[in-house]
Amino acid sequence: MEYMLIFREDQSNFGNRRNAGGENAEWDRDPARWDAWMAYIGALRGSGVMRSGNGLQPPHTATVVRVRDGAREVQDGPYADTKEQLGGYFIIDVPDLDQALEWAARSPAAVDGSVEVRPVMPPFGHG
Amino acid sequence: MTAGEARRAAERAARQSYGKLVAILSARTRDVAAAEDALADAFRSALQTWPERGVPDRPEAWLITAARRSLGHVARHARVVDAGQAMLEMLAHDDEMVEIPDQRLALLFICAHPAIDRAVQAPLMLQTVLGLDAQRIAACFLTSPAAMGQRLVRAKAKIRDAGIAFAVPDRDALPARLDAVLSAIYAAYGTGWEDVHDAEPRGKGLAEEALWLARVVVGLLPASAEARGLLALMLHCEARRPARRDGEGCFVPLDRQDPSRWRADMIAEAEAILASAGRMGRPGRFQIEAAIQSVHAARARTGATNWPALVALYDHLAELAPAVGVLVARAAATAAAGDPAAAIVQLDGIGDRRYQPWWAARARALTLLGRHPEAAEAFATAAGLTEDAAVRAYLLAQISVSPPA
Repeated sequence: MEYMLIFREDQSNFGNRRNAGGENAEWDRDPARWDAWMAYIGALRGSGVMRSGNGLQPPHTATVVRVRDGAREVQDGPYADTKEQLGGYFIIDVPDLDQALEWAARSPAAVDGSVEVRPVMPPFGHG
Repeated sequence: MTAGEARRAAERAARQSYGKLVAILSARTRDVAAAEDALADAFRSALQTWPERGVPDRPEAWLITAARRSLGHVARHARVVDAGQAMLEMLAHDDEMVEIPDQRLALLFICAHPAIDRAVQAPLMLQTVLGLDAQRIAACFLTSPAAMGQRLVRAKAKIRDAGIAFAVPDRDALPARLDAVLSAIYAAYGTGWEDVHDAEPRGKGLAEEALWLARVVVGLLPASAEARGLLALMLHCEARRPARRDGEGCFVPLDRQDPSRWRADMIAEAEAILASAGRMGRPGRFQIEAAIQSVHAARARTGATNWPALVALYDHLAELAPAVGVLVARAAATAAAGDPAAAIVQLDGIGDRRYQPWWAARARALTLLGRHPEAAEAFATAAGLTEDAAVRAYLLAQISVSPPA
């Protein structure tokens, strides 16, 4: 079964995140955390459960769009007052919820943020 | 065979086999709701068929075959490709099944999975393992049948869709997961979430059903000392039911109960089960609670309550499970053991002032200290916080027996 692990992290952790801009990277201010994520991703890949996923740029880079009564509303950022913000997601393929929860618990975000675990809908035509 | 006989045979099969049949029907798909619907269909056709042709040799096998036909039928109509495939697969090798494997334990663990809302775990077990309807469960959990039905439907949808494994947890996870199963059964016994620790359930409620569930768990997990502890605990509480009300229906607190009205057979069974648990050498919270009830039960033989023994057991319990109910009960035992001043200190250290037993324990300790005006106030507050009219009457009566200030 496929599950999405949705990582929510404390605002302060985004400040420490390496700006994933390749050559222009702003160097990481919290190498331990970076290493923890790399180890976690390595473990996911090594065990063959990883399907896809990405980390996300910090919340201040986000733009929210709504269309209401035909008019487009564009707004800066998500809910600014929420302490935990969406930091990234992975799709993993494991036999059951307990194993998905195991992987969720191993992520660095589980310790100071939270991880939501949701089954992915089966492809259309198979449900 | 008459329709009445067939009905009784079907009812007997339902009582003994319901959970087993739901477990086996939902093991592959995890679709508990569909399994229950199919089983209801199967029981309906049993009531039509059995009076004419007699009860089959193996009623469980008959019911499961009928239920699977019904499931297959629904699956074809819904064009649920995957589920239908699984169903056809099951139908193909099922008619010859001689022994029906008992997967109720896996079903219980699913119901008490941490991903399932805690408040619905006990109702879910009562429904899926014993076949109780939402209306009956709702009445015992003090909620409306519609709300209870909705919570049960939501929980079953989560089991089906979230991929909770239909399996008994492995050795590492077993103790914690089993504790959730046992706690849910105990909650079903108490049926009032707050007052469970007093082990004085208000009405008969679901006591019989909870005992049945505990026996199922002990039967399926004979190596669990805590499952035995829970069964012994509930048997001890149940043994006192006849003594809890006097001839006029008034509440009688444990220390005023007439031990000759306790059920000696249940006490003997509880003692034997608790002893068998003790021999396993793995103490736990339910065994200690059962031991506490065992000390109370000993009054039937000795004529007195061994309060110091109770204080020692409560100290142990408070270390393992420092719930408010346990801490208040410990203070009450401390007061009864002859140290009401220490009891007041313990009670002062507990935060929750809306907890009825806190006020009742405080009132008794204050009475023992001779602080009657304060005791009267505490009795009145305790009376105001109870939902049980008989308990209220008892507490208010305590005020009038206290000497005036």
